[in-house]
Amino acid sequence: MTAQPKLKPIPGFDPLTARKDFEILVRRVYGKPLAYLDNAASAQKPRPVLDAMYDFASGEYANVHRGVHYLSAVATERYEAARETVRRFLNAAHADEIVFTKGGTEAINLVAHSYLAPRIQPGDEIVLSVMEHHSNIVPWHFLRERYGAVLRWIDVNDDGSLDAGAVDAAIGPKTKLVSIAHMSNVLGTITPLKEIVARAHAKGVPVLADGCQGAVHLAVDVRDLNVDFYVLTGHKLYGPTGIGALYGKRAPLKSMRPFNGGGEMIREVTRDLVTYADPPARFEAGTPPIIEAVGLAAAIDYLGTLDRAAIAAHESDLLAHATEQVKELNWVRVIGEAKDKGSILSFETDGIHAHDVATILDREGVAVRAGHHCAQPLMERFGAASTTRASFALYNTREEVDVFVAALRKARSILT
Amino acid sequence: MDQGLRELYQEVILDHSRHPRHFGALEDATHTGEGYNPLCGDRVKIYLALDAENRIRDIAFEGKGCAISQASASMMTDMLVGRTAKEAERLMGGFLHLVKGEDPNGLAEQDRERLEVMGGISEFPMRVKCATLAWHTMKSALEGGAAAKTE
Ligand SMILES: Cc1ncc(COP(=O)(O)O)c(C=O)c1O
Repeated sequence: MTAQPKLKPIPGFDPLTARKDFEILVRRVYGKPLAYLDNAASAQKPRPVLDAMYDFASGEYANVHRGVHYLSAVATERYEAARETVRRFLNAAHADEIVFTKGGTEAINLVAHSYLAPRIQPGDEIVLSVMEHHSNIVPWHFLRERYGAVLRWIDVNDDGSLDAGAVDAAIGPKTKLVSIAHMSNVLGTITPLKEIVARAHAKGVPVLADGCQGAVHLAVDVRDLNVDFYVLTGHKLYGPTGIGALYGKRAPLKSMRPFNGGGEMIREVTRDLVTYADPPARFEAGTPPIIEAVGLAAAIDYLGTLDRAAIAAHESDLLAHATEQVKELNWVRVIGEAKDKGSILSFETDGIHAHDVATILDREGVAVRAGHHCAQPLMERFGAASTTRASFALYNTREEVDVFVAALRKARSILT
Repeated sequence: MDQGLRELYQEVILDHSRHPRHFGALEDATHTGEGYNPLCGDRVKIYLALDAENRIRDIAFEGKGCAISQASASMMTDMLVGRTAKEAERLMGGFLHLVKGEDPNGLAEQDRERLEVMGGISEFPMRVKCATLAWHTMKSALEGGAAAKTE
């Protein structure tokens, strides 16, 4: 039985040491050293995460909450310990406020379907920002299509920042929810979440924060934020795919109807009736992603061994180093320069399409994302058909930034 | 430069992407089609003017996209003027083979040579859809049907 590791962070942060935990980073692509700058899409996995999943699957695995046998008890304990790890990570009050999902997308869909849909009358409003990821837009469009909800959009400023006051202005008497990113996956903008929550609550409106990016780069304290729902996804947090979490305060969670029906989410099933388990089990129908939950907990524990403030400083330095160099190129337009932003750099290139940029960078070993980044309303806001995005993680280095900028210059010389 | 890149971004292709032929709307179009690549958000609109014998009398395209999609659209429009709808579809079949690195059997020598400059894309599977968007859109315009998608 593995105890919860209580590891103390080592002060300071050395990316070169941390890099050794990520074996994939030494590989080459097209004969060039890999510079992986697509972290906002998904982060690489450190050895301790892969080991934890391997060790669990090869030594302690069984289905959870079902058997009376030894391994089932062990696996159940590990699964519930993972929930406790997520609770601690978010500083939630209770472990039963953490629902495991298969990712951020499923968590938001769960709230849309189980929390909001039953509360929507035609004409009721949902407030979103224009910089939301499609996974924090489309579930609300479902409610528009099916129940006549109205989507109200908060604009961002030209620098990509978002004012808490703009949230106020968007909330009306029919607003049922504010759903907003903690950090934008395109602009890197960090939203003033605590103030947004305070203003929304002052008008009696609950808030969902999409923390798929925010949880990676910021210290999140859901109690301090006083947010009603908070969503995270494992694979961006150096954890595995197939796992995410929804934090929800006890009261709204308890009020929610089930989403999927199946095993583990019931109290009793007869031929005529069914009664449901309490949260979180109510929302975890079927065999959950058990190995993935262990992996997610290992990723959180891994971050727990590092000095997260020092990581944030390192990532800011990478962003500043990249931004400074890219802005020297007069054919590049950076999109998103909010004062408060995480390590994401999106830009347009004059006369060169982002996909051509990304193809040429790729051949130099530099992995970036090109396109609309699942944020089409935002692209429209900035009049951009597509952008190139470099996003930095704890294991990136200044040297990689330099390789990226050199490759960018090369793309320009090839294409113009 | 990387050999694959050199083949992908050949001078002919860059020239077509910088100076696309037949770019713009067509006033007297008999058929139009719109194509969309959901992967990157690129759009293209194809205008065709067919004569009584179903021959492409004129053709034009509008849209924004990467060098590959623009060059492909431009080269396509260049090649299709004067062809029948049937010939256009045959050419498209050959082109689709070519960008996948397969033998574009059945193409006339001259057509094959012109299209071959796009052959370099077969090494870039993520970009094949950029090259085929205009062709699929042209086909859907001929069929007078729904918007083409590359998926
Ligand atoms: C801001 C944001 N929200 C939601 C998501 C969706 O997360 P997932 O794809 O893991 O469900 C992502 C990433 O894809 C994201 O960047």
